[in-house]
Formats: sequence, structure tokens, C-alpha cells
Amino acid sequence: MTDALLAIDGLSRSFGGLKAVQNVSLSVREGSLSALIGPNGAGKTTLFALMSGFLKPDTGTVRFAGEDITGREPHRNAALGMTRTFQIVKPFAAQTVRENIAVGAHLHVRGRAEALQNAEAVALRVGLAPQLDKPASDLTVAGRKRLELARALATKPRLLLLDEVLAGLNPQEIAEMMPVVRGIADSGVTVLMIEHVMQAVMHLAEHVWVLAQGQLIAEGSPAQVTSDDRVVEAYLGHGTAARLRKAASGVAA
Amino acid sequence: MFDFGILFPSVLNGLTTGAVYALIALGLTLIYGVLHIINFAHGASLMLALYAVYFLKEKLGIDPYLALPIVVLGMFALGYALQRVVINRAGHGKDENILLATLGIAIVMENLALLFFKSDTRNIDTAYSLSTVAIGPAMIAVPKLVAFAGALVVSGILFWIMGRTDLGRAIRAVSKEKEGAKLMGIDVDHVYAMSFGIGLACLGAAACFLLPAYYVNPQVGGGFVLVAFTIVVLGGMGSFVGALIGGFLVGIVESLGGLYLGESLGQIGIFAIFIGVVLFRPQGMFGAKA
Amino acid sequence: MKGSTKQLAGIALFAVLVACVPFVTKSGVTLNFVMMALYATLIAQAWNILGGFGGQFSFGHALFFGTGAYIQAIAQLQGGINAWVALPLAIVGAALVGLFMGALTFRYGLKGSYFALVTLAFAEVFRILALSVDFTGGGVGLMVPLRESVGNLQFSSRAGYLWVVLAMVVAALLVTWWLRNGRFGAYLQAVRDNEDAARAVGVNPFRVKLGAIGLSAAFMGAAGAFYVQVFQYIDAGIAYGPAVSIEALVAAIVGGMGTMWGPVLGAVVLHLLSDLTRNLFGELPGINMVIYGTVLVLIVIFVPRGIAGIGLSVRQLWKPKGGRHD
Repeated sequence: MTDALLAIDGLSRSFGGLKAVQNVSLSVREGSLSALIGPNGAGKTTLFALMSGFLKPDTGTVRFAGEDITGREPHRNAALGMTRTFQIVKPFAAQTVRENIAVGAHLHVRGRAEALQNAEAVALRVGLAPQLDKPASDLTVAGRKRLELARALATKPRLLLLDEVLAGLNPQEIAEMMPVVRGIADSGVTVLMIEHVMQAVMHLAEHVWVLAQGQLIAEGSPAQVTSDDRVVEAYLGHGTAARLRKAASGVAA
Repeated sequence: MFDFGILFPSVLNGLTTGAVYALIALGLTLIYGVLHIINFAHGASLMLALYAVYFLKEKLGIDPYLALPIVVLGMFALGYALQRVVINRAGHGKDENILLATLGIAIVMENLALLFFKSDTRNIDTAYSLSTVAIGPAMIAVPKLVAFAGALVVSGILFWIMGRTDLGRAIRAVSKEKEGAKLMGIDVDHVYAMSFGIGLACLGAAACFLLPAYYVNPQVGGGFVLVAFTIVVLGGMGSFVGALIGGFLVGIVESLGGLYLGESLGQIGIFAIFIGVVLFRPQGMFGAKA
Repeated sequence: MKGSTKQLAGIALFAVLVACVPFVTKSGVTLNFVMMALYATLIAQAWNILGGFGGQFSFGHALFFGTGAYIQAIAQLQGGINAWVALPLAIVGAALVGLFMGALTFRYGLKGSYFALVTLAFAEVFRILALSVDFTGGGVGLMVPLRESVGNLQFSSRAGYLWVVLAMVVAALLVTWWLRNGRFGAYLQAVRDNEDAARAVGVNPFRVKLGAIGLSAAFMGAAGAFYVQVFQYIDAGIAYGPAVSIEALVAAIVGGMGTMWGPVLGAVVLHLLSDLTRNLFGELPGINMVIYGTVLVLIVIFVPRGIAGIGLSVRQLWKPKGGRHD
């Protein structure tokens, strides 16, 4: 617990009758690169929203660097060092890439010139330098994902919550993006990513949590988690694990 | 102050006005529910319909109630054309643009009326304008009773169209799931225009019921816009039942407000309701939470 | 020269050129035209701050105009306060009303059409109240007596008024410049373009919108006070009626929302148009507004980014295209 940058305890949230998140507890170690996986509708994005303050939990607490931030407004959490990206990218369409990233930079920098310079530096890091003066609306999906990442990075976060930053990318784009994420983590930023792209999870994450139907059903290293029966069943249906083993032993025989 | 003899007629009057308000609000609800447009031109359109009824009576001698089919069809055509030709093009995918477009249309309508009809207030005289009927201690003007009944009948017809006809089903499909409706072969643009047309047609009916007991000048639209929106947000955006009940409620509030605070200050009651609902309970009584 | 410095130079040039107009011509008609065009610009600029940069469309901006106007009149008539002293009072008063409105509406997350309607409702409420209350002159309105002297903010020639409103317009231009080139403006436009994304990177949307409405209201209040000084009269219809609200927003939109010179362009074009109409058709009631409404609809359909927007698009056509790969 001493190394936990983010610690959530007993977090729950319902919408009407739907229990989106049920009694989830986890702690993210500072400096780690970890992943949150689970089938669609498991509540992963809801969990991110609860952590970052976009939603208030029904019960439970969120602690960041030891401080209770449960239910605090997102902008205050960003100032503390927790920034999130969105599954469906939200660029400031009317503005250029540089101006977009500068908004993030302004969190720590008052002066416009300095913020724009910082934006340029961040754009370089994520590979957006050639696009700096293009309007955000001109970017491809991959470009917008990078922009989303860059803007969040510009806030100099301690914890970066990446929501499916690889979704919608083709294999080449994924291969280009993965080192970027690795590089961010290597520079000292704690990263927690929601991801469906398993190759990224296996290659990047040190620790994985699995969410299904709002509940935490497994956690561990990527290898442990992917061989866990409960995880297989969550993705592929009840009884699948046993069937797969039977089929495997049948083939081997 | 709370003398039944004064309250009762006031409430009854409020109900009769409320029925017509409900009809106006129903049109607005349909337009919002289907097209998700806040039709700023609703009040001005009503004003145009009122002038139509007026001129049909003054120039052609047609009684307002007999003019119903003409005005309703005319307003329907106007609505269909407006949506198809103007509003459809203004969207560009942003709600604000449509808002501005309907505002522009409202401004043009109001001021064209000012230009051509001048600012005098006009009303019509019919054989029954001044006759009243006694209900308990209240003397209710016959036109108001007819308005009440008529508004309810037209509302009923609207409910029937929405619930029992193919058009109504298509409209409901489009309002719930536009893309899916397209895949089913529904001509969405046509449905949009039909909905807008029906919305304005309701205004046509409302005008026929309204004019015998009321008046018209180029500015009346403005007053009706906010009343109509108050009803729609009170009832809940997109809820027909809400618009109906909301209409009656607002009619009564206006009547009582006018009774206790005077004509102009009484209007503030309606605005207060509007601001209050929008701030504190935006889904109104029956609307879905946004 | 950096882009932002070029903009400042542009503002300075504009200020000097327009200030020189009274030295170039003594024609009352011309001076009046320029003065009224500047006044139209001022209200458009005010609307632009909240609507163009902030993305919050107000349909009842007259609320702030009328408040400024009434404070200017009442301070002089009932408070015996000098017109020049009343002016900052009017501006602050209008700004306070703006902050109040903002606090109420933004706290509850009002946006888009709901916000537009509520602003309209507020303006109407104030109009009805102003009609019914004595200290606003009720239905008769208030008259500020004619006492021409610079000390009274009343001038015998339009030139004096022209310089006063020019100063206000330049102030608004400088504020707009600041919005384009500073952190607050970046935050405001971020909230406009995507509020959630802005929140995620540390922007407090409530505070930012509040600042915008306060500034916007302040300039409307200044315009209201100016109106009282020029026309020496104010009543509920002029103060809180829809005309001012509509003129402000149409000019800003036609000219180009969220740009620095858009409101200037839009106001001048519309003013020219209405002058032309008056010369061609005489004083027909409502003809002005028919034109404004038609122009609004046409612009929304065909050129939603306004005249300044056309300029921006043209400039992009001329720029060499950057690399097409990502």
C-alpha cells in the first residue's frame, strides 16, 4: 500500500437498476504500467470515470497519493496529477494540434508562448510534429489518438489513465503506438490502460486487472490472468475453459 | 381573496386557454421529439396562422371554425416546405445552427407581418363572440368552450395519428433510431418534413380556436413562444402526455397569475416556472433524463 | 513579426484611422454613420465573447444592455451622479447581473438551446418588471436632460460620441486579442469545443464560463450606458426588448463567431445594409429586421463561419498543403 499512487476501495456505482461497477478495490503502484481488461460492457470506462471524477460513486473511496479525492471534480484531479483520455476521442476540432496540446500544457504554464513551445516538445515525443499546425479535425483516427495522448501528456501527469488508446488502429499503427506508451511509462509516468488489444496488454503491462459485469474477477501478471479460467469464461462464455482443455487434450491424444 | 366565486371562473378560464396551449405545445413536442429541434419560429408561425384566420374571415367571410381545414392544410404545407427547403439545409450537424436558423425564420416572419399588416391589433366579430354559457358561478365565453373541446379533439386526432397510422409509426421509428429507420426503407427527410408540417398544422388548428376569443398583432408570437416552451419543459421534452397536462397547468397558472398580479406581472409567473424547471428539474414531469 | 503582435498593430491602426475620421470630415451624416456602426460593433463584440469564444449562445443579451442603460440613467437622474462616474457603475452593474445569470445557469450545467431560452426568459422578466416599476419610469421611460458639455458626457457634435464609443470598441478588441492569445482564452475555447476533454486536462468550466459572461455583460452594459448618453432616453422596450439581443448576435454570427474582426465586419455590413434599405424603401417598420433575419438564415445555411470565416477558408486554400501522411 505504501507504493500505491492510486488506491480505490469498495467502489460501486449503479445506473437505475444496472450495477455498472460493484465493490471494486485495487491499487496502482507508482511507476507501474498496468492494464484493465474485460469484455465489453464490463464497466471499465465507468471505473475510469469514477476514478477521475467524471462520475460520483455510490459507495467507496478513491485515494490518490494518499489523499482522499472521492467525487472530486476532474479538473482538480488533473491539477493533482491524474489525467485521463477518452475512448471516443475528443479533440478540440476547431483548433490546431499545437493549440490542442497547449491547453494541456497550460495546466502548469501560464504564458502562452511557453505553453505552445511545450506543446511542440510533446508533439515530438508522440510523433505528431509534422501535424502541429493542422486543424485537429484534419487528423486520421490514429493521429487523433496520438493527439489525445499528447494533450494528456502535456499536463505532466503522475498517473495517466488511457482509455483504449489503441482502439480503431490498424496493426501498423498499433506497432507504432506501443513504443510511445512504453516510452511514457519509462519516463516515470504511472500508466493504467484499458485495452482490448491483447498483444499490447501482454507486451506492455506488468500487472493486469480483469473486470467483468462490474466486478473484479482476477488480477495478476498478463500470463497468469490469461490462463485463468474465470477470465476465459468472462470473454468466451460459461464452460468454455473446460471445453477448450478437453479439445486440447483430444487434439494432443 | 380565495373566494370560490372568483377562483372557479379563473380556473375554468385557465383550463380553456390551457387546452389551446396544450395543442400548441403538442406541435412543438412533436417537432422536438422527432427532429430534436427547438423551433423558435413556433410562436411566429402561430401568429401567421392567426392572420390567415383573420383574413379568411374579413375578406372572404369564412367563419374560423369552418376555416379549419384550409388553415390546417395551409400551415402543414408551410411547415413541410420550411423544413425541407430551409431548416434541413441549416443543420451542418450542429444543433446551434438549427437554433439560429429557426430564430432567423421567426424574425423574418414577425417583421414581414409588421411590414404588411402594420402593428395594429386586430380581432374578429362572429355571431357567437359575445355569447356566454354559465357553468356554476362562472360565465364562460362560448368561443372558449369551443376552443377547449376543439383542442381536445385535435389532440386526440394527433394521438391517433401517432399511435395507429403508418405515418405515426414511421415518425416514432425515426425519432427513436434514425439510422435503423433508414435501413428499414423509411425516407427520413420526408418524415422530418411531415413532422414539422404536422407540428405547424397543430398551430393552424389552434389559431382557428384562438382568434374568436383573442386577437392578433405581429408581436403575439413572442408571447406564445415562451409559454409553449414552458409547457414543453414542464411536461417533459418529448412527452405528449406531459405537453397536454403541462398545457392545462400553465393555463391555470396564467389565469390565476393574471387574477392576483395583473395582466403583465402575471406573465412573470410563467417565466418563473420556465426558469425554475429548466434549472432544477430539466426533465420536467414526464420527460426522460437527458 | 509574431502573429499576435501583428494583431495588436492591426488594432492600433484601426484605432488611429477611425479616430481621425472627425478630422477628415465634418459631415454630420457621416459622423453619425460611423458612430452607429461602432455602436453596432460594440454589442456584436460583447456577444462574441460569450457566444463566439465561449460557445454559449445567448438570445437575451439585452438583459445586460438594459441594466447598464438604466443604471446610467438612474444614477444621473436620481443619484445626481456625474455621467462619467455613472459609466463605470453601469459597466460593473451589468457585469454583476451577468455573473448572477452565469452562476445560476452554469452551476446547473445549462447549455445550448436551454441556455438560449433561459436568457430570453430573463430578458423578458426584466422588461416586464421595468414596465411595472416606478424608478425605471414605468411605461414612460426615463429622460436624461440635455446639458451639453464634455464633463457631462454629452457632446454637441457626433465626434465626441464617436471617440467615446471607439474607445469602448478598442477596449473590446484588446480583450478579444487577449482571448485569442492568452491562457484564459485557450481554456474558454477548449470548454466551447469539448467541455469534458477540457475538464480532463485541468480546466474548470464553471469558472471560465463565468469569466466570459462577466466580460460579455460588462461590454453590453457599456453599450447601454453609451446609448443613454447619445439618445438621452431609455425605456423598457429599448432596454430589454429583443431588438438589441438580435442585432448583437446576428452581427457577430454574420461577421464570424470566435474571431477578432468578425463582429466589426458583421456590424459594418449589416449597418450598411440597413442604411441602404432605409434609403431605398424609406422608414418601413420591420424592414430592417426582415433583412437581419434573412441574412441570418442565409449565413447559417451557406456560410456558417461567417464573413471572417470565408476569409479564413480562402487563406487556407492559398497555403501550401503540408505532408499528407500521418
